[in-house]
Amino acid sequence: MHSLVFIKQVPDAAQVRVDYNTGTLIREGVPAIINPYDTHAIEAAVQMKDKFGGIVSVLSMGPPMAEDALRKALSMGADKAYLLCDKVFAGSDTWATSYALWAGAQKIIQENGPVDIFWAGKQAIDGDTAQTGPGLATRLDIPLVTCAIKIVELNLEKSYIVVQRLIEGGFETLQVSIPCMITVEKELNTLRFSPLPDLIRAARSKIHLLNSSNVDIDPTKCGLKYSPTKVKRVFVPSKRERGEILDVNENNIASVLFEKLEPVLRKMNKL
Amino acid sequence: MRVSNIGEYKDVWVFIEHDCGKIEHVSLELLTKGCQLAKDIGCKVCAFSVGENVEGFSEKLAEYGAEKFYFIESPVLKEYRTEPYRDSLLYLIEKYKPEIILIGATTLGRDIAATLATKLNTGLTADTTALDIDFESETKNLLMTRPTFGGNLMAVIYCPDNRPQMSTVRPGVFQAIKNPVNIEKIREEFELSEDKIPKKILEKVKTDSDKVNLGFYDVIVAGGRGIEKKENIKLLVDLANILGGTWAVSRKVVQMGWAPYSRQVGQTGQTVHPKIYIAAGISGAIQHIAGMKSSEIIVAINKDPQAPIFDIATYGIIGDAVKILPRLTQYFGERLKAGGSNEKD
Repeated sequence: MHSLVFIKQVPDAAQVRVDYNTGTLIREGVPAIINPYDTHAIEAAVQMKDKFGGIVSVLSMGPPMAEDALRKALSMGADKAYLLCDKVFAGSDTWATSYALWAGAQKIIQENGPVDIFWAGKQAIDGDTAQTGPGLATRLDIPLVTCAIKIVELNLEKSYIVVQRLIEGGFETLQVSIPCMITVEKELNTLRFSPLPDLIRAARSKIHLLNSSNVDIDPTKCGLKYSPTKVKRVFVPSKRERGEILDVNENNIASVLFEKLEPVLRKMNKL
Repeated sequence: MRVSNIGEYKDVWVFIEHDCGKIEHVSLELLTKGCQLAKDIGCKVCAFSVGENVEGFSEKLAEYGAEKFYFIESPVLKEYRTEPYRDSLLYLIEKYKPEIILIGATTLGRDIAATLATKLNTGLTADTTALDIDFESETKNLLMTRPTFGGNLMAVIYCPDNRPQMSTVRPGVFQAIKNPVNIEKIREEFELSEDKIPKKILEKVKTDSDKVNLGFYDVIVAGGRGIEKKENIKLLVDLANILGGTWAVSRKVVQMGWAPYSRQVGQTGQTVHPKIYIAAGISGAIQHIAGMKSSEIIVAINKDPQAPIFDIATYGIIGDAVKILPRLTQYFGERLKAGGSNEKD
């Protein structure tokens, strides 16, 4: 079987800080990582390969440094890595991103054959939109399964997969015809440690570079200029002032806090 | 690539999400916000939905200001599945061409919104926390403000050349306020056949028996890793009961399996802005702060004086939440009105 995993390199959001004087993000020294949800998508695809054979292709869009993310994917067991890297893609919103990734996927299908399952993380931790996966499923014209937490069964002969996905307040089990697109939660699986030979193989592997000259793509659907959504402005949310640390001991703690809250409790008619 | 017929798109549409025959609260919140936007633009606010049996929603939708209700009914639409929902909603949207579409940023809303926007070849902004009209633009564009980079930065997004302008909106960001109007029901027929649906639901399990909208409460007692064990959730519940509020947790506590996701506050949980938010044993990761920082008063209890939660707290108490919570419960219990509960809805 052939899996294609869409991945994104992101700044480690947990380490991004804001410079309140300049109103900008401090990105210096912030490591670039594979979007954590995407690592679980890679793992899922590799587990399928372990069970059913075949290959795992990975595709990313980004600057040349995104090769690092793709090498990491190879070290996790992916076989072929592709990077869409071209100035025309710069500044793409989710609509334009899903278009470019769709075009890249067509190229990979030409080279490696039809894809049975397309995978992606549920969302990326920098933008948090969760829109690119559904956008891709729509462009590929295949069924969409978001927020997958368990792969129950894959039946290649009868062309279906059974997946558990999160819903509001619970989960549901779906039987879905393949090819399909699955976006994954972290609960889907546990990541493995890459053995040394895989790390060496990944370091030596070729990353296939895709751009507007070797992929059949319409540049008037790409990048900042042709993205339907535009950024009007960005700003740093107003910082709350640091308040008062109450000087309390075990005995008066409740009464001191009560005194502070008394006016608002009274206003709320709780006194 | 501006669509040439931008002027043909009219009205603010709110997607009505429903589960087990009940309208999701976020849809009513968006109707209220939609009323205001419609007034600003000079158009109507309309509800739209699909399902097996949705016509009956019209009464409630009218109470919250919907002037029209577009809907499609079919047994195929009994349970939510992306593809038949998308195709039938798309039919309504393409036929009536709304200018703005608002969708709750729930699991379902996020699933359907991007697939609709892709089909419609228009822009979609995720998880907006503010919606305004740009009166300076000729086409009165919708300005959609959303947090990005884990809440570190806010971006104002707009969609100048394509219609409809689409946005998903976090539950709890806007209030639902009754505004009764007369509603016009518009039923449409859309052909769906079960054999052509690529998806079957084998099982649906609700694990959170207590599906709670934290946004309803004016006092929230929230616990983080510092509450130490699952049994100590009770300490949150006890104080919340005394204060007539409800309890919540940080993401970490949900991950530990101490509380259901429905109780999670933060970037990936619910957004709340109660009058009093008590953060007990919560260090204050930016993702948590993003979901509660607009609370009126924040009380932080934490052993670590360096915890970032103290940077945004109105009142900070340096100490062990597990020891302090019962003291507060006891003392506040003596001072407050018996059963000071004011739960809404």
